[in-house]
Amino acid sequence: MAEAIISAVSEVADKENFKEVKSVLVLVGELQQVDREVLKFAITQLRPDKLAKTRFIIRVVRASFTCKACGHKWPFRESVLQDWVKEAIHFVPEVAHAYIRCPVCGSPDFEISGGRGVWIAGIRGER
Amino acid sequence: MFDPRISIIDDRLSTIDRVIAVVSGKGGVGKSVIASTLALLLAKEGFKVGLLDVDFTSPTTHVVLNASGLQPIEDKGIVPPEIHGIKYMSLVFYLGNTISPLRGTELTNILLEILAYTCWGRLDILIIDMPPGISDLMLDMLKYVKRAGYLIVTTPSKMSFETVRKLIMLLKGLGAQIIGVVENMLMSGSTEYIRREVEALRERYLGGIHYDTSLEESLGNVEELLKTGFALELKSILQNIIM
Ligand SMILES: Nc1ncnc2c1ncn2[C@@H]1O[C@H](COP(=O)(O)OP(=O)(O)OP(=O)(O)O)[C@@H](O)[C@H]1O
Ligand SMILES: [Mg+2]
Ligand SMILES: [Zn+2]
Repeated sequence: MAEAIISAVSEVADKENFKEVKSVLVLVGELQQVDREVLKFAITQLRPDKLAKTRFIIRVVRASFTCKACGHKWPFRESVLQDWVKEAIHFVPEVAHAYIRCPVCGSPDFEISGGRGVWIAGIRGER
Repeated sequence: MFDPRISIIDDRLSTIDRVIAVVSGKGGVGKSVIASTLALLLAKEGFKVGLLDVDFTSPTTHVVLNASGLQPIEDKGIVPPEIHGIKYMSLVFYLGNTISPLRGTELTNILLEILAYTCWGRLDILIIDMPPGISDLMLDMLKYVKRAGYLIVTTPSKMSFETVRKLIMLLKGLGAQIIGVVENMLMSGSTEYIRREVEALRERYLGGIHYDTSLEESLGNVEELLKTGFALELKSILQNIIM
């Protein structure tokens, strides 16, 4: 994942003709279950010289679900899940559909509204 | 905002020489058995081959390969387990027998995640078993895996070919590479209808495979499967094209 972030940032920096990238804001969905410190460390290990001085800000976005059958909204609580399910959700959050049901109506037809995937929300740099 | 998964996909696929997606305009025409058997045949010929099932709501290749008990390994990504000499990846590893209704955007997300996080290593060929029809997933494949070649399956039926015709036009319009058309489930000799229609579209008619009553029983038993007339015909059709 660190690799993906770095290659995406480098791509944008090239496209925007940045001489220097000051800071990058990375949003990580809670469902991704990434340890912020570990991700930060991996980024500092893997980054090319060009990004040596860049500050990486990593924020975790809470996950929630919205039922498409009854409209109920509820937060993700990983504590109720078995370890291997958590691990699967870490790579493919949509796996949640197999193991989580709407607490109100029991439907598996819900939307993962926020808290999934990794996003680069902002890049600041100097030309 | 943009998505780092997308920028890593090309990287992940860069160790693969050739990507072949098995598609059809229609369901139930034999895409999954053809994709799985092709992977088996290639592995037997000594190719380094991968098989990816992207029919996420109804995966079936694990039935053909008898591969449901496997687990991928997590190591800086997902390392697909190996079975019968094939590196194999399917969502059944995570879903088991549970049902999981998934809508279009979720299917797109799963495809992106699997493409971005699966570490195939060096492969000669990656075979992808696709869901039926011109689906969201088909459009996503065209968008994110531009280098895929398409192996199209039809039955002798005019109705089946009618959907395949649209598929061919879509693929052509988007500049995708079409490998050719396989006519599956022939009841007697070739009807010539499909060949004529395919050639009228200036695409390759690769050959026909007969309906094989022994196929059903051999599903899940790889040795038996490779001995069926189905497998032999598939092999002779694709020998000079893919192998
Ligand atoms: N040549 C053949 N002879 C006999 N049976 C066949 C032949 N080809 C396919 N079948 C059978 O037809 C059924 C459908 O095949 P398969 O699941 O591979 O189709 P599909 O196109 O992948 O379907 P879907 O669109 O649902 O994914 C299976 O039971 C398979 O064993
Ligand atoms: Mg299928
Ligand atoms: Zn509900």
